[in-house]
Amino acid sequence: MLASIIQNLFNAFQWGSFYSLIALGYTLVYGVLRLINFAHGDIFMVGAYIAFFIATAILGMAMSLPGWMVLAMVIPATMILTALVGVSLERIAYRPLRRKGAHRLYVVITALMCGLVLENGNLALLGASRKSFPELVDKVVYSIGDVSMTNLKIGVVLSAVLVFIFLQFIVTKTKIGMAMRAISYDKFAVPLMGIPIDTVIVFTFILGSSFAGLAGLLFALSYPILDPYMGAMVGWKAFIAAVVGGIGDIRGAFLGGFLLGFVEILVVAVFPSTYRDLIAFAILMVILCIKPTGMFGVAGTTKI
Amino acid sequence: MSLLQITNMSKTFGGLRAVSDFSISLEGQELIALIGPNGAGKTTVFNMVSGFYSPTEGSLVFKGKNLAGLKPHQVTALGIARTFQNIRLWHDMTVLENIQISQHYNLGYNLLDAFLRSGRYMKNEKRLTDRGYEILEALDLKAFALEKPKNLPYGLQRRVEIARALSINPSLLLLDEPAAGLNSADVKDLIKLIKWIHGEFKIAIWMIEHQMDVVMSLCSWIKVIDFGVTIAEGTPEQIQKNPDVIKAYLGDENI
Amino acid sequence: MQKLTVPTLLLAMTGVVVFMSHQEYIDLYIQSVIMFMGVNIILSSSFNIVNGYMGEFACGHAGFMAVGAYVTSILNVMLFTDDKVFGNALLSPELAVFLFPVTLLVGGVAAALAGVLVAIPSFKTRDDYLAIITIAANYIIISTIINMDSIGGARGFMGMKKVLFAMDDSLSVPWILIWVMVFTIGTVFIIRRFVSSTYGKGIIAIKQDEVAAEIMSVNTNRMKLVAFMLSSGLAGIAGGLFAHILGYINPNSFGILKSTECLVMVYLGGMGSLSGSVLSAIIFTLLLESLRFVLPWMDTVLHYAHLLPDGYELSQVWKWVIIPLILILLMQFRPEGIMGNRELSDIFPGLKRFYSFK
Repeated sequence: MLASIIQNLFNAFQWGSFYSLIALGYTLVYGVLRLINFAHGDIFMVGAYIAFFIATAILGMAMSLPGWMVLAMVIPATMILTALVGVSLERIAYRPLRRKGAHRLYVVITALMCGLVLENGNLALLGASRKSFPELVDKVVYSIGDVSMTNLKIGVVLSAVLVFIFLQFIVTKTKIGMAMRAISYDKFAVPLMGIPIDTVIVFTFILGSSFAGLAGLLFALSYPILDPYMGAMVGWKAFIAAVVGGIGDIRGAFLGGFLLGFVEILVVAVFPSTYRDLIAFAILMVILCIKPTGMFGVAGTTKI
Repeated sequence: MSLLQITNMSKTFGGLRAVSDFSISLEGQELIALIGPNGAGKTTVFNMVSGFYSPTEGSLVFKGKNLAGLKPHQVTALGIARTFQNIRLWHDMTVLENIQISQHYNLGYNLLDAFLRSGRYMKNEKRLTDRGYEILEALDLKAFALEKPKNLPYGLQRRVEIARALSINPSLLLLDEPAAGLNSADVKDLIKLIKWIHGEFKIAIWMIEHQMDVVMSLCSWIKVIDFGVTIAEGTPEQIQKNPDVIKAYLGDENI
Repeated sequence: MQKLTVPTLLLAMTGVVVFMSHQEYIDLYIQSVIMFMGVNIILSSSFNIVNGYMGEFACGHAGFMAVGAYVTSILNVMLFTDDKVFGNALLSPELAVFLFPVTLLVGGVAAALAGVLVAIPSFKTRDDYLAIITIAANYIIISTIINMDSIGGARGFMGMKKVLFAMDDSLSVPWILIWVMVFTIGTVFIIRRFVSSTYGKGIIAIKQDEVAAEIMSVNTNRMKLVAFMLSSGLAGIAGGLFAHILGYINPNSFGILKSTECLVMVYLGGMGSLSGSVLSAIIFTLLLESLRFVLPWMDTVLHYAHLLPDGYELSQVWKWVIIPLILILLMQFRPEGIMGNRELSDIFPGLKRFYSFK
């Protein structure tokens, strides 16, 4: 009994780590631009595919390389390429709108549509056949009593924690982090202070997208079947996590991800698994109705 | 019975006391002003009177009815109208529509009537249009009835906003800095307009204003607040000489 | 006299289309395109109430469509057909002809009640947060249907063709076509009356300045409730019609993609323009249908020109790349849509002789 509880807790940690990693990207962009980057879940999906192509390419060229060396090459390459995708999305779709001073609504719609283009574009280009991710890491199972954990799962949880600490450091302790926070307060005063606003925004997208890429890679390692719609649902859930934590707040996104992981594992333990999405979205609704600003968010006041 | 009775009204925003122990009593046809330095909490007082904020403490009684828990539209229906510091008209609708929509408290028909274009709908829509023209005519705005406010000069927009507020037949009119952003000619017109409204409609007018010439030439009673606290009240002459008021406006060392 | 021109024209048009369908001058495919056009007109113009006139950003229109579709379909199957799950027909199948509009309206009412689900949060939130709430509501509705095994769950629900056959047995005319046209015209009619009344203009006031609306005695919460319920109720009717046109429904066909279609139509037509919504629904339907032919044709051409590798086929999935792209381009270059917030009669003042919008 106790063992199964601990086992479930651990699974929840691992499951929540994915939500956390993606939620961090939502929250970063929202924190700076006040834009819900609805395409972020699909950037995660793109990350998984990029990882897949790089991994198979490397394995195709050099069969004899050990898995960990391939992984060591795949991780940075995936993060860089996914960041590139995120940044090009910003450059092509969001920045022109921002330059024109378009209503926020138009940017949100554009983001939603970009997500659909990525999903369906992928499906149209690569076809409906699912890709299976090569096994790069030899699975090692550690068992303590009845609780078992794999090296991969531990790696996933560790990465989420490290990324969180890294981002928290960037945002609170560095100059560019300060600029990011400044932009979220006042988009108009910041350029007057000599801060290159576009550079900061691009940097934000690089951070968010590269960690979405990392999440995609880790997800593909853990659940090695890829399909173009994998980002949609996970992306939405991560978004719920960010909102639950208080979108715009890094701690909130991190904790919100784990919280949602726990809730989902709990739901599956009690109800049939088809109820998982239903309950996750119901929680979102309830939280938005009671405390729309989430755990860490600060209520904005309307000035009359 | 007094028209409006505010007793010990306070408002706290997360520890910050924006307004404390504000009390006032209006009999029915006064023309009074609420003044104070920037950020003194004047608009917060108006927001509580018009129902946007609920006071943390204290009570508001209007025409013998407690305003606690009423929504702004209900307060308006009782007869408190207001204008805003920065004009808040519906800029993409005509001036006439601005007046018509403000009659929502008294439409006289329901959704089904609107779908069916029933007799009741026709009769009441005509009444709303007549009411709109009537009030616009009274305020010399009839010529602009079918213009959009965004195309009107600022002074006229202010006038339209006042017309819109009057269209609901208020017993109390709250004017939040009516002279803000107006040039000196417009301000003269505004003073004339407010005087005329006060005489013609026989209603109480309560304004927040920074321009002292407007306040001094219109109001019979002035209340001064600073940091949410009432520091003085009295006739314009008394206020002009009050040392506390001078201190609040000019700072300590200037005396 | 001239005021009656438009109703007469519409009546004549309906008559002609129905007659031609009955006589089989136009084939079933064209008929179905006309019917989808009607459903899309209902969807886009009803969505326009909330997203255009009231200026909110709802994204879950298809969820309400699903509620209407399921309620109407289940009612009809239960009442007028012998079904494995719901047993024998509760009423005589001959009554289907008369009661079909009633069940459609019941579906609309059910969808309107589901609309309360998003109307109440909208009292406090706007913009992107409301978008999230509506998307969540869309998912919740679909997940609920998927989890209801007795109505087919994820497998979908069918039996509506039998209802149509029952109607056809009573009197052999293209019933579903008639009802689509009647409800389409009725919807546009009702929305026009709503938004041109002083009552309905309250929602335009909310869009332009919600604080001012509330202070000038507009009960903003009630107006939002009315707008959301009207909008989702009409979407429910569209859903009911949609279900009977296809004869088969599946919860996943009312997902975020369907909602996206509605978004595309509203913003293509212009926020707060009823004629824009109607126009864009027609254009959008034609575009979707033409892509069905254009894509294979392009596939052939591109292969012939050796621009595409041999093993690759230009599939219908591209449709779902092209449609979001249209909206992206629209947002970049003409965010106000085809009509902006103007009506046809504003652009062609001559039309005012025949119908007055205000």
